[in-house]
Amino acid sequence: MAIVVRPRAPASGRPLSPHLSIWKWQVHMAVSILHRATGNAMAFGAVVLFLWWLVAAATGPSAYAFFYSVATGWFGVLVGIGLTWTLYQHMMSGVRHLVMDTGSALEIHDSKVFATATYIVSLGATAVTWAVILLTKGI
Amino acid sequence: MGTGTDLGRVRGLGAAKSGVDHWWHQRVTAVANLGLLLWFVITLVRLPALDYATVVAWLRQPVAAIPMLLLIVSVFYHFRLGVQVFIEDYLHNEGTKLLALLMLNFYALGGAAAAVFAVLKIALGA
Repeated sequence: MAIVVRPRAPASGRPLSPHLSIWKWQVHMAVSILHRATGNAMAFGAVVLFLWWLVAAATGPSAYAFFYSVATGWFGVLVGIGLTWTLYQHMMSGVRHLVMDTGSALEIHDSKVFATATYIVSLGATAVTWAVILLTKGI
Repeated sequence: MGTGTDLGRVRGLGAAKSGVDHWWHQRVTAVANLGLLLWFVITLVRLPALDYATVVAWLRQPVAAIPMLLLIVSVFYHFRLGVQVFIEDYLHNEGTKLLALLMLNFYALGGAAAAVFAVLKIALGA
C-alpha cells in the first residue's frame, strides 16, 4: 500500500492543497516564493530608506548629511547592495510572471530556464550597479 | 454589468464583487514600475555624485521631479496591492486581518504623501 503524505488536516476536516511541507525545493518554485519575499522586504525595508532619503533631501543639508553618512558606511553599503539585489530579483521574477500571465513559458523546462535566468540577471545587474557606484561616487 | 449573458454578469463582479481590478492594477503598476525604476536607478548611478547639492539640483528639474512623482504613485500603489494579498493569505483571524489591512493602507498612503510632499518641496522650493 502506498504511503500518502498529507499536510495536517485543519480542524474542519477539509482537505488542504499541497504546500511547502510536501514539495521538493526546485528553482522555479523558489523563485516564485522569492518574488513574494523580495516584494515584502522592499515594501517595509527599501520603502522606509527611500522615504528617509527623500525627506532628508527636502529637509536640508544637515539631515541629508546624516543620511549620507549612514548610507555610505560599511553597513549602509551592505544594506544597499542587499536591497539592490532584492529590487532586481523582484523585477526579473516580475517580468517572468508577466510573461507567464500571457500563457507563455509554462512548460517545466522553460519555466526552470527562465527562473534560473532571473538569478543570473539580478546578481549580474547588482554587481554592475555597485561596481559603478563604488568606483565613481567616491564612497 | 451586462443584461443577461454569463460573460456580462461576470464582468466586473466575481466573488469579491470587484472583478479583476486588483489583479489588473497590480500588472499595470508592475509595467510602470519596470520602466520608472530602471530610469531611477540608471539616472542616480549616472549622477556625478550623490551628495546633497547634486541630488537636490537634480530633483529641481521637471525632467526628474515628474517621473519621481509617477514612480512614487506607482510603487506605493503596487506594494499596497501586493502586501494586501500577502496579509489575506497568511492572516486568518478576521480582526487581525482587518487591523493589518488598515495599517497597510495608512502606511502606504502616509508614505506616498510624505514622498510626494518631499519631491514637491524640493522641485517647487525657491
